[in-house]
Amino acid sequence: MNTKYYEFKPFNLGRVLIWSLFAIVLFVSPLVFTSSLAQTILTQMGIAIIVCLSYNMLLGQGGMLSFGHAVYSGMGSFLAIHTLNRVTGGMPLPVSLIPVVGGFGAMLVAVLLGWVTTKKSGTPFAMITLGIGELVWAMSLMFPDFFGGEGGVSGNRVTGSKAFGITYGPQIQLYYLIAIYTFVCTALMFAFTRTPLGRMLNAVRDNPERVEFVGYDTQKVRYFAFIVAAFFAGISGGLAALNFEIVTSEVVSGGRSGAYLLFTFLGGATFFFGPIIGAVLMVLAFVLLSEITKAWLLYLGLVFMIMVMFAPGGVASLIMMNVRVAAFGLLRKLWVSYLGLALTGLLVLLGASVVIEMVYHLQLNSAMGSEMKFLGMTLDAKGGSSWFGALFVMLTGMGLFEVCRRQFVVKWGEIQTEIERETKRREAL
Amino acid sequence: MEFYTISLLNGISYGLLLFMLSSGLTLIFSMMGVLNFAHASFYMLGAYFAYTVTATIGFWPALLIAPALVCLVGAAFERYCLRRVHKFGHVPELLITFGLSYIIVELVQLVWGRSSVDYRVPVALDGPLFTLFGTQFPMYRGFMMLVAVLMLISIWLLLTRTRIGLVIQAALTHPEMVESLGHNVPRVLMLVFGGGCALAGLAGVIGGNAFVTEPTMALSVGGVIFVVVVVGGMGSLAGAFVASLLIGVIQTFAVAIDASMLSALQILGLKLTPSTFGYELLKLKLSQVAPILPYLFLVLILIFRPKGLLGTREG
Repeated sequence: MNTKYYEFKPFNLGRVLIWSLFAIVLFVSPLVFTSSLAQTILTQMGIAIIVCLSYNMLLGQGGMLSFGHAVYSGMGSFLAIHTLNRVTGGMPLPVSLIPVVGGFGAMLVAVLLGWVTTKKSGTPFAMITLGIGELVWAMSLMFPDFFGGEGGVSGNRVTGSKAFGITYGPQIQLYYLIAIYTFVCTALMFAFTRTPLGRMLNAVRDNPERVEFVGYDTQKVRYFAFIVAAFFAGISGGLAALNFEIVTSEVVSGGRSGAYLLFTFLGGATFFFGPIIGAVLMVLAFVLLSEITKAWLLYLGLVFMIMVMFAPGGVASLIMMNVRVAAFGLLRKLWVSYLGLALTGLLVLLGASVVIEMVYHLQLNSAMGSEMKFLGMTLDAKGGSSWFGALFVMLTGMGLFEVCRRQFVVKWGEIQTEIERETKRREAL
Repeated sequence: MEFYTISLLNGISYGLLLFMLSSGLTLIFSMMGVLNFAHASFYMLGAYFAYTVTATIGFWPALLIAPALVCLVGAAFERYCLRRVHKFGHVPELLITFGLSYIIVELVQLVWGRSSVDYRVPVALDGPLFTLFGTQFPMYRGFMMLVAVLMLISIWLLLTRTRIGLVIQAALTHPEMVESLGHNVPRVLMLVFGGGCALAGLAGVIGGNAFVTEPTMALSVGGVIFVVVVVGGMGSLAGAFVASLLIGVIQTFAVAIDASMLSALQILGLKLTPSTFGYELLKLKLSQVAPILPYLFLVLILIFRPKGLLGTREG
C-alpha cells in the first residue's frame, strides 16, 4: 500500500521545541537554584514527576482510579535498597542502574497483584486497589526482615564501581542522575501514549463495551497498562531509595497513595503534562507548605474540593483554556478580570487563613499564650479585634470576589462564543 | 466452649456494627452510584458529636441528636458539593468525597484535639449482661447488638412498607418515571445520602465508646467497610449483612487465637527449623495476621466469585 500524500514535516517542530525546553529546564535549574534546600526540592520533584506520570497512566489514560499506587513505588524502593545493600556486599552492579532494578521488581509485583486488581474497572477497581494497598501495608509490619520493621531499611549509595569518578556522594551528582531518569521516563511514557496499547487503553476508558465487541479483552489491556505503570512507579521508588538512603514502611502506606491521587488530579489528569505540574505542587506542598503552617492538610483538602467542583481538569486544563483564548488573541480582554479575581481571591485567602491559623493556635499552642505571629502581623487569638478584622476581610473579599466572578463569567462566555464564530468562519474559508 | 461462645458473641456485635456502617454505604452506592469515601469520616463525626452531646446533655439524647447532626452535614454536603460534580461523572464524585475525608479529619483535630477523647459507656449500661461459663459478657455489647438489630428492622420496614420507601426504591431503578410522577428525585437522593450518613453517625455513637474515639478511627475502619461492600456484592444490602457478620466473626476469632502454621505442623510431627523455606511465613501467629484477613478475603472472593457473595452484577 502506498500513501497518497507526502510528509512535508520530517519532524514536529513544536514537539521538539517543548522537549528541548524540558531538558534545558532539567539541566539548568540546579545551576540557578544553588542552595541545598533547592537541590533537595529539585531532586524530589524529579522523583515525583515520574511517579505522578505513571499514576496518570492509570487515572488519566485508563480511567482507573487507584488508591494503591504507592504499593508499586514502595516495593520498588524496598527492592532497590536491598539491591543497594547487595552492591555494598560485592554484587557487580553500577549504582546508576539500581532504579531500573526497582522498576523490574515493582513490575513483578504488579504482574502478581495486578491480575486480581484489573479484573474490574470503575468503582470496584478503586475499592480493590484500596484493599490491596491496605494488605501490603499491613504486611509490611508483619515481615520485619524484608521491610525493616519500624526503623526501615537503610543503605549507602556511595558504593560499587565508580564510573567516570561519579560517586553519588554530592547531592548534585544524584540530581543529574534523577534528571536523566526523569527525562527518559517522561519521554518513554509519552511514547507509550502513542503505541497501540496506549490507544486501546484510551478506548477501554471511554467505551469498554465497544472495545469488547471489537474483539479486545478489556481486562488484558488494563492489566498490561497496570504493569507498565508499575514499572515506572518502581523506577521512581528506586530513585527515592537512592536519594533518601532509607526506606520505611511509610512508602507503601495509603496516605502516600492518596497524595499521588490528589496531586495528579490537581495537576490535571486529562493532559499528559498535567501530572508534571501536580508533582511540582506536591513537593512544594510537602516540603514548604508543611513548614509554613500546621494546617496545610486542611488547605490542601479545601483546594482539592474546590478544584474538583469548579475545574475538574486540574491546573493543566485551566492553562490550556487560556492558551486557546490567547491563540485567538483575546486574552487581553480578560486581564482586568483576572487582576480583579486575583486581588479579591487574595483577600479571601488572607482572611480565611488568619481565621484558620488562629483556631489552630488556640487548639495546639494555647499553653504559649494567645499572642501569635502570622505573616508579620501580631494577632491575639483570643481578642475580639483580630477575629473581627479577619472575618471582615474574609467576608468583604468573598463579596467582591463574587462580583468579579460574575463579570468574569459573562466575559468568558462572550469570548467563547466569539471563538466559536471565528472557528466557523475559518472553516467556511 | 467458653472461648467460642464469647468470641462468637463479640464477633457478632462487631459484625453488626460493621453492618451499620456498610448498610449506609451500600444504600448510597446503589441509589446514587457514588462510593462515599468519607463514610468512615461520618462515623467518626458521629462519635465526636456524641461525645460533646453526652458531656452537655447526656447519652440518651445523644443517641438521637448526633446522628441527626451527621445527617444534616451529609445532606448539606450532597446539596452543595456532590450535586455540583454529578455532571462530571463518577470519578469526580468519588474524588470529592475523598477530599471531604481529608477535611473532616483535619476539622475534627481542630475542634477536639489530636489525641483521643474520653467518651465513655454510660453508667446505666456499664456492667455485665450475663455470665456464661464463668466469663462476663458486657451489657454494652448487648446494647450495641440491640441497636443494630432495631436499626436493621426499621430500615427494612421503611424501605418496604412506607410510601417514602417505595419512592426511594422506584427512584433507584426508574428515576425519570418517578420524576414525571411529580416526585423531587434530587431531594430524594439528598435524603438518602443524609440518611446513609446518619446510619454511619449512629454507628459512631455506639461504636465510639465501645472502642476509642480518636482522629484515626475513620482510617482504621474505612478499609474494612469497603471490603465488606465488595465481598457482599456491590449494592446488595443482604450481601453486606452476611459479609459484615462473616468478617466480624473471622476477625474476632483470629485476634484471639494464638497459634501459627508452625505449631500446627509441629503437632503433625514435622520438624521445622528457621532454615526451612517460608519459615518467616509459617511462624506468623494467627493473631498477628488478623488485620490483613479481611483483605485476603477480598482477594480470594475476587478470584473465585467476582460478583460478591450475594451480588447480582459484575462490574
